[in-house]
Amino acid sequence: MDIFDKLKILTDAAKYDVACTSSGVNKKAATGGIGSAAACGICHSFAGDGRCISLLKVLLTNVCAYDCKYCVNRRSNDTPRAAFTPRELADLTINFYRRNYIEGLFLSSGVLKTPDYTCEQMIEALRILREEYRFSGYIHAKAIPGADSALIARLGLLADRMSVNIELPSHNSLQLLAPDKSKHSILAPMGYIQNRIQENCTDIIRYHHAPKFVPAGQSTQMIIGATPETDFQILNLAEGLYRKYRLKRVFFSAYMPVAEDSLLPAPETKPPLLREHRLYQADWLLRFYGFTANELLDQQHQSFNPYIDPKCNWALNHMELFPLDVNRASYSDLLRVPGIGVISAKRIITARRTGRLQFDGLKKLGVVLKRAQYFITCGGKAPGGLKVTPDTVLQSLLSEKALGLYQHDFSHQTGMEQLSLFSPPSLLSSGGKQEDRGKCLTAPL
Amino acid sequence: MPNRTALMYCYDGSFEGLLCCVFESYEQKEIPLDILLPEMAQGILLPVKEIITDTAKAGRVLGSIPQKMGAPTLEFVRHAFLTCLAHKELYILLFLRLGYRYGPAVLSRLTDPVVDKLFKAVKHLAKESHLFKGFVRFSIFSNVLVAEIEPKNYVLPLLRQHFCERYPEEHFLIVDKTHGMGLVYRPYESAVIPIRKLELPEPDENEEYFRRLWRVFYDAVEIQGRHNPKCRMSLMPKRYWKYMTEFGSAQQKSPRRLEGSGGGKLHF
Ligand code: SF4
Repeated sequence: MDIFDKLKILTDAAKYDVACTSSGVNKKAATGGIGSAAACGICHSFAGDGRCISLLKVLLTNVCAYDCKYCVNRRSNDTPRAAFTPRELADLTINFYRRNYIEGLFLSSGVLKTPDYTCEQMIEALRILREEYRFSGYIHAKAIPGADSALIARLGLLADRMSVNIELPSHNSLQLLAPDKSKHSILAPMGYIQNRIQENCTDIIRYHHAPKFVPAGQSTQMIIGATPETDFQILNLAEGLYRKYRLKRVFFSAYMPVAEDSLLPAPETKPPLLREHRLYQADWLLRFYGFTANELLDQQHQSFNPYIDPKCNWALNHMELFPLDVNRASYSDLLRVPGIGVISAKRIITARRTGRLQFDGLKKLGVVLKRAQYFITCGGKAPGGLKVTPDTVLQSLLSEKALGLYQHDFSHQTGMEQLSLFSPPSLLSSGGKQEDRGKCLTAPL
Repeated sequence: MPNRTALMYCYDGSFEGLLCCVFESYEQKEIPLDILLPEMAQGILLPVKEIITDTAKAGRVLGSIPQKMGAPTLEFVRHAFLTCLAHKELYILLFLRLGYRYGPAVLSRLTDPVVDKLFKAVKHLAKESHLFKGFVRFSIFSNVLVAEIEPKNYVLPLLRQHFCERYPEEHFLIVDKTHGMGLVYRPYESAVIPIRKLELPEPDENEEYFRRLWRVFYDAVEIQGRHNPKCRMSLMPKRYWKYMTEFGSAQQKSPRRLEGSGGGKLHF
């Protein structure tokens, strides 16, 4: 089989893995070597699906001894198989890297023979890159569940980031769909990597030249929509992983049907992309905005509102906290205003040092007034002529796309072609598709 | 503040030249309506004052900027000068006047129209130069990496450090066709020089081989069930595609030329 076919098969087999960022570490090339890494991450291209391409993301092999039901590479699936030799893979990486096609390598693999054997092959590919080519660019390696911790340790010294995929958000789902894996085989390497990272931090203080163990930290991924877990459960799990294992990122991947199985959603099921999007928005709120999972969802409201983003939804249900005065509010409070992001909040703090802020100035700072106007005042004043009722707020918070979705859904239920906006039934009173919409709204206003 | 005078300045297009315009503006207590390059100043009906670049004057203005408004402001102004903002010279002059008045705090006056205008322009520059860190595509001709780009802003000075750190042992060249300039590197020195004419040979077999492999990867990595050309276009506007090998457009059979006067000879 020639290298073109191998590349095609092994890219195809790896593309459902989402962890493609190249961020989190700053490095320069070693003397006589090649490659640097930028902490901010660099996208080298965007694929036809709009996703960023920054790493050569391939499997070492898609031959797999396991039989995870949701996976194209499962043993029982009839699909063309291929394997790179470690050297082929290293050469490909360097040649792409020299042409500035990629920022580095993302290497995962099916389980070839045994987890240990697979891990050794991956180590060899990385060794060639690091030792022979003196490559300092970014490498993300997937820990193979079940591999010996000594091998994980070697891999971790060669990689910048490691990840162990959670795959499915609960133990039950794992048992059902990934019979060869267990909660333990996933969490054990995760815990091990976390310990090594921490030990390494103290080592580096003690010995200046201690080699760095996965300096860009570890991440994980879970599949959304193949199993019945709710957004609430998923978000709590993500929060727990950030706390317990200090993960740098948790990625969510909307399930794309790749197999027919009575345990899986039907093959024609559309991947829940909007749900995935909401989870990423919520994840962002956990990591950068100081929210906790419990503020965004709770026992009674286990799914995100498909029509408005989690932050708007939260704000609408906490109108008692608003409006905030932009000239006085603290940074952390500003962050909670819909339409104000991390950058605009910082700029507000900066700009108000030189004088009182007015509404017309806020736009220049990057505040999305269309959203923020309902939640802020400037020196006690609300923007002129604004009549705030829950429905006007909601109407303006919904993006055009969401409006379209809402109207579409609604006309489906009622058989009516088009509706006048929000007049009756209102979106906030939980009419219509109860299971989809009603329970998303945390409380009537 | 002096009134706007019914007068244009004309300068030589250099940063020093612009600093001399600032000098003149203060000395004469006047603010020009615009600051033009010589080719644009022809045929203008208003009086045009030619500002001669004088190193001593420029040096005095240059020294005063970090002193009066802090080093970050000077860096900001230098970046502003690289942007493609229309009338950037006038905005920089007005900005510096604010700087002399408010000191380092000028950078925080984000709601001032002049500061805001320049901030957005610098942000655009920063964004474009960041994109090019990824979108530059090198082709390898006898072991020299060569890339062409057509940026809106003058990004080469901002790409320098990144690519020098990325390829310390290589010889490379990035040609900015918009501005007729090139970033040249060989271990361990780099320079940005004018390049008005450049002929690239046809890619050899090895080069073609890796371009093809890259296209295989590019096509295979897309999840068809998520096809979303709109999203791709907003993240990677079409004007960048021209030189990106994954689209096959950089694979032209005839050698490409860059026409113009003078020749930047390359020594590797
Ligand atoms: S271990 Fe499971 S998820 Fe991984 S490649 Fe094999 S079948 Fe797929």
